[in-house]
Amino acid sequence: MDLRVSPYLFISPFFLLFAVFGLFPLLYTVWVSLHDWTLLGGNQGFVGLDNYVRLVQDEKFWNSLYNTFGIFLIAVIPQLLLAMFLADTLSRRIRAVNFFRMGLLLPYLTSVAAVAIVFSQLFGTQFGLVNYALGFLGIDPINWQGGTLSSWAVIAVMVDWRWTGYNALIYLAAMSAIPRDLYEAASIDGASRMRQFWQITVPMLRPTIIFTVIVSTIGQMQLFTEPVIFGDVSGGTQGQFQTTMMLIFEEAFRFNNYGYGSAIAWMLFMLVVVISALNALLSSRIKGA
Amino acid sequence: MTTTLTPPPGAVPEPAAPGDTPAAKRRRKRKNEGSTGVREATPLTYIGLSLTVLLSVFPLWWMLVVASRDSAAASARPPYMWPGGNLLENLERLFANSSANFQLGLVNSAISSTILALSVVLFSSLAGFALAKLKFRGRNAAAVGVVLTMAVPVQIGIIPLLMLMEWFGWRGEITAIIVPFMVNGFGVFMMRQYCIQAIPDELLEAARMDGCSTFRIYWNVVLPALRPAMVVLGLLTFMTQWNEFTWALAVLTPANPTVQLAINQLNQSAYSRDFALMFTGSVVATLPLLILFFVLGRQLIGRIMEGAIK
Repeated sequence: MDLRVSPYLFISPFFLLFAVFGLFPLLYTVWVSLHDWTLLGGNQGFVGLDNYVRLVQDEKFWNSLYNTFGIFLIAVIPQLLLAMFLADTLSRRIRAVNFFRMGLLLPYLTSVAAVAIVFSQLFGTQFGLVNYALGFLGIDPINWQGGTLSSWAVIAVMVDWRWTGYNALIYLAAMSAIPRDLYEAASIDGASRMRQFWQITVPMLRPTIIFTVIVSTIGQMQLFTEPVIFGDVSGGTQGQFQTTMMLIFEEAFRFNNYGYGSAIAWMLFMLVVVISALNALLSSRIKGA
Repeated sequence: MTTTLTPPPGAVPEPAAPGDTPAAKRRRKRKNEGSTGVREATPLTYIGLSLTVLLSVFPLWWMLVVASRDSAAASARPPYMWPGGNLLENLERLFANSSANFQLGLVNSAISSTILALSVVLFSSLAGFALAKLKFRGRNAAAVGVVLTMAVPVQIGIIPLLMLMEWFGWRGEITAIIVPFMVNGFGVFMMRQYCIQAIPDELLEAARMDGCSTFRIYWNVVLPALRPAMVVLGLLTFMTQWNEFTWALAVLTPANPTVQLAINQLNQSAYSRDFALMFTGSVVATLPLLILFFVLGRQLIGRIMEGAIK
């Protein structure tokens, strides 16, 4: 009796909680998105695909996708490259290696809201330290929040500051599993450090790189905290840094439009699924090659 | 997702093309590679790393500098680079500020993070143990199911989740930021992996022979063996919850905030921004995580790195 029942008892809290608070809301999003559904009025009736028709024509939706992908690209690519170089550096014979590791992980341990507030000040137009420093180079103050690319850059810096060290540690771990004699052989053949990095380290890290790319992609598609604290859910005067997650928030909790917000949420979900599938496909291709 | 979580490198590197480096450079390089193939650090390595650590630490240092001075300090030219003497005064102002409810935010964050750390550790170790060591019908499907839940971005179901909280009458209450997250796929997965490698079957069989029930085996044999993994999972969960912002912003109100919402409130509500106050709030919000990190950081680093190769 005990042997038969207890395994199910042990796993049931996880599956029950996930079903109620994870799976149900996700699926119910589809149902809500097919209705005219407001906070105060509740369900105002079935409207079929109306919300989706509106969404395809909604410039704010396309703008939010553009911002989400834009920030993703300028944040994640430098971040992962930098993390790899850092890991490569840390994998040398080094004194005080734990000091450096902890130093790099410190940002990951910082409260996200605090990061966003401090960086918003650092990148302030009038009183920001960054503009002050740029002044010494003869560069006029930049209105960081005002422009599209400049606001993206600030948000990317916040994201990268927090996550680069974390990813570097993951790469470092994977690097420690690469056989040393590969490097030895390569250096006897006269391969430069750069060449060794690109032709030994990077290919050997491929599975780990794919892993970090997937994790970063899923995370970045839902980017929210940093841009919200940098501005608010509308993402700047022209929505120049409003991400899709922020738009969902604005529609659902500022305009109280649950139905339309759910339609956007479901589109974002599908997008994440498609991108993850593409990632998986791509990575199996690369592995096969 | 499944395959990427269990990487190790299997790819064979392409052979290095014949050297096109100048001979002098080559010689210097070879001197740097020790006979073991572990490369020596050069002064440049240390300069580069120190610079990176400086960049990592500077925003935190700046946070402390402004938090310990008056409000004008954030815009002083040239900027202050050293803490002043106003930290205590700023702390007093912070806790007296009625619009932020900072104190309540701290208490709420501490309670919810602690409860979640305990419950995630408990439920994850239960499920992880069952999936790793007990035989039952549907075990493999359940294990796959756990991994799949990790790949699903559940935050996107935020609108119905909020409706659910309204139905339960939990909107604005901290139960809303606790109950939905009492367990997660990552925790179960991590505990399962750890059980597989750390707990020998013989140990469980011996306990069974002695007449232990399954729960007693879990409690008296498995849990003690899982302690290192439990510490790290608890720490990670605590940190994640302490830093959670999106869901708290949706479901809680400024009257009953978490610490993250409270500092955001300082950021949004001020007419002329009181940087000293905002930065003091940021210091207080970060401090518990830093303390935890200095106590348990080594284990955390070890686990992050281990997680990458296992």
